[in-house]
Amino acid sequence: MSESSVKIPSLLVRVLKWLKVRSLGNYTMEGSRRRWVDYTFTAAFLLLILVAASMSDVFFTERNMSNLLRQIVTNGLISLGMLVVILTGGIDLSVGPVVAFSAIVVSGMVEKQHLPLPLAMMIALAVGALAGTINGFMISRFKLQPFIVTLATLGTIRGLIYVYSETPITPQDPAFRTVFGAPILGPFTLSVLIMLLAFVAAGFFINRTMAGRAIVAIGGNEEAVRLAGINVRAHILLAYIISGLCSAMAGILLASRLGIAQPSLGAGFELDAIAAVVIGGGILGGGGGGALGTFGGVVTLGLIDNLLNLFNVQSYYQQIFKGLIILFAVLARRQET
Amino acid sequence: MTGEDFLQVKDISKRYDGIKALTGVSFSARRGEVHAIVGENGAGKSTLMKILSGAVQRDSGEILLDGIPVVLNSPLSAHRLGIRSVYQEFSLIRNLSITENILLGQLPTSKMKGVVDWNRAHKLAEEKLMEIGFTGLDARALVSHLSVSHQQMVEIAKSAVTKPKVWILDEPSAVLSQEELTRLFALIQQLKNESALILYISHRLDEVFKVADRITVLKDGELMGTVLSQNTNEGQLIKMMVGRTLSEIYPNRQKKTKEEVLAVNGLSREGSFKDVTFSLARGEILGLFGLVGSGRTQVARCIFGADPYTFGEIRLQGNVIKPKSPQDTVEAGIALLTEDRKRDGLVMSCSIRDNVSLATMKQVSRWGFLNTQKRDARVQIKVEELSIHPTQINRLVRQLSGGNQQKVILAKWLLSQAKLLILDEPTRGVDVATKVEIYRIISDLAESGMGILLISSELPEILGMSDRSLVMREGRLVGEFSKAQASEEKLLACAAGVIQ
Repeated sequence: MSESSVKIPSLLVRVLKWLKVRSLGNYTMEGSRRRWVDYTFTAAFLLLILVAASMSDVFFTERNMSNLLRQIVTNGLISLGMLVVILTGGIDLSVGPVVAFSAIVVSGMVEKQHLPLPLAMMIALAVGALAGTINGFMISRFKLQPFIVTLATLGTIRGLIYVYSETPITPQDPAFRTVFGAPILGPFTLSVLIMLLAFVAAGFFINRTMAGRAIVAIGGNEEAVRLAGINVRAHILLAYIISGLCSAMAGILLASRLGIAQPSLGAGFELDAIAAVVIGGGILGGGGGGALGTFGGVVTLGLIDNLLNLFNVQSYYQQIFKGLIILFAVLARRQET
Repeated sequence: MTGEDFLQVKDISKRYDGIKALTGVSFSARRGEVHAIVGENGAGKSTLMKILSGAVQRDSGEILLDGIPVVLNSPLSAHRLGIRSVYQEFSLIRNLSITENILLGQLPTSKMKGVVDWNRAHKLAEEKLMEIGFTGLDARALVSHLSVSHQQMVEIAKSAVTKPKVWILDEPSAVLSQEELTRLFALIQQLKNESALILYISHRLDEVFKVADRITVLKDGELMGTVLSQNTNEGQLIKMMVGRTLSEIYPNRQKKTKEEVLAVNGLSREGSFKDVTFSLARGEILGLFGLVGSGRTQVARCIFGADPYTFGEIRLQGNVIKPKSPQDTVEAGIALLTEDRKRDGLVMSCSIRDNVSLATMKQVSRWGFLNTQKRDARVQIKVEELSIHPTQINRLVRQLSGGNQQKVILAKWLLSQAKLLILDEPTRGVDVATKVEIYRIISDLAESGMGILLISSELPEILGMSDRSLVMREGRLVGEFSKAQASEEKLLACAAGVIQ
């Protein structure tokens, strides 16, 4: 019995094509025949919204939409960095502490050192880039396993945060919250716009730049890329720096949204990010994944949280549901042999 | 015992995603027979063998073993019926010893249940290897420490020690040296005498004629016929496989120039080769022959900067270069087609477009931003020039046949406009028709002034293509022959160290 010959009704295909939303995880499917899994997530996604809209009158309110968007900013940015790293065939487990470190640094710089916000942000981003550099350097220079290296930095950075501040920091300046948090374009806040822009930039980076193509190719076959005369080490380093920067930016925006930076922030964030990438068609170990798919993954996870919240489902059920979705995603995209 | 059909394959068809791989193929074979299956890449040989070994399921048709229809729905069910295969891709577990690989799942235990008796295991494995005439392998050695050709021997041994009734060999000789090939043939003879049926798949027709009693030819998934090998010849077989005669395999070329492209002086790498000196002119094809492990690939890798060398000097067009990485050499104008395209030649998960443009992205970008239109146009031109099939450049390389994959690598280096092209086994695992195309491309490149270093373990290829041939043995350059002097016997004797 051949599994691949399951066809979906052509009308549905046409509708989805018309909506131009068929390409969640477009990259991995490039060139191959479209299969039903390509549409599954789009369909499930649309279904989810329909069910939500029909069951809850709060869902489609501007307030909820705005909440939803603001909530996915953090995971959105982290996932982008994670995507770039996963494309190289690596993984970055240290994103959570980087988020927290950058959140607490930006808050501390504003509150304690009284630095202007842009300067404080620069410093926080530099901290993220530094963390990425250390990860990337250890992995590319010494050929260590990304999982182990970032597991080590995960602990180290978490410890460093407490060295910097054992207590939460709450910036008193109201501008700290409103700069990113106030709506500036319909329901869109600056933080949401930054995230959306980041996705567009990432898509461009992956598909239209030399470095992006090199990174995708490295995940497929590192040695072939090296023998094509490309500096593999530099590109792996770059990927981890990008991840560090993305997490740092996520940390800044999260601190602004919450109005407080706790040293314990960001526990488990790496799992949500990995999940978003995988749901969006990313392949752990390299060889697949894209910005659009990852965005789909981020929104899907965000929607689940949002809906289960609206229906007052307890958070451990959310965890169960998310876990099942991830399993389903991996199952559906399983490579046939 | 012979005479009646032991294996009967009746009307087998198989489709992958709606694409026909096999259509109504039938053939039969006897015990004590070596039955070769030949055909171009994509002819369906491997699919047929995978069906017989239970790795893939047929869509329709029947398989009879000893007159009884059999169900082959997993490799295990095939094993139970005494059908064993040696696949093109290794199925060895690299971080285990030879013993464990051979005795996988049946390691002897000591009195205490579940505890492996290692002494007995190694002894048993060595006995089994001895039985099939494979001596000189240390059963305790880790597979990952073995050379590729020795790994292939272990792979072969692993299935042979089970004394299969039907033994399927899919391109077993691709990485074997002459000596090991002789051993394999002896083993085939041994199993044949023990009345096993051997199904032998190979691109190398000379081998097929050496071992096979009968030959079944496939073309485009259909049966072209079964012939007695003593009643046919290479020309006829090629005609059946390709559907047309190949009047000329090796193209004629104008003579080379005197202008030097590459000069290598006293190049050495500790532990792999020593004091290698030669030069290569513009428009020249220089053959480099040697048995597996003679150091020819290592020389190529050092010139290309993929591995470091210990001593020596490399000059490219008169200028000394000190390649530290492929980055330097690609920039300087050297290209390397590696011997194992899957391992280090291609990014299988990427498109034709990405693979072809990989080495030359700089030429189509500014400030790191790609001009994708320009890139695609350049890739498209090469794809059409080399008649790569399919011509859609967004197709994944994984989906292409071996010959087309090889052409993708060639296209990559053609775009780089290299001055020196090093080809390491450029036609390995490639069908006859594509082989001829690749020879034409190489020849055209030489005509256009490129210097070409052609490494191969196929003597006809070296003799047919090269203006001059070098021979390596045990890490040293041991012979040089002009086109007029070179012959198969001389090169082989030189490579094997036999003094004539």
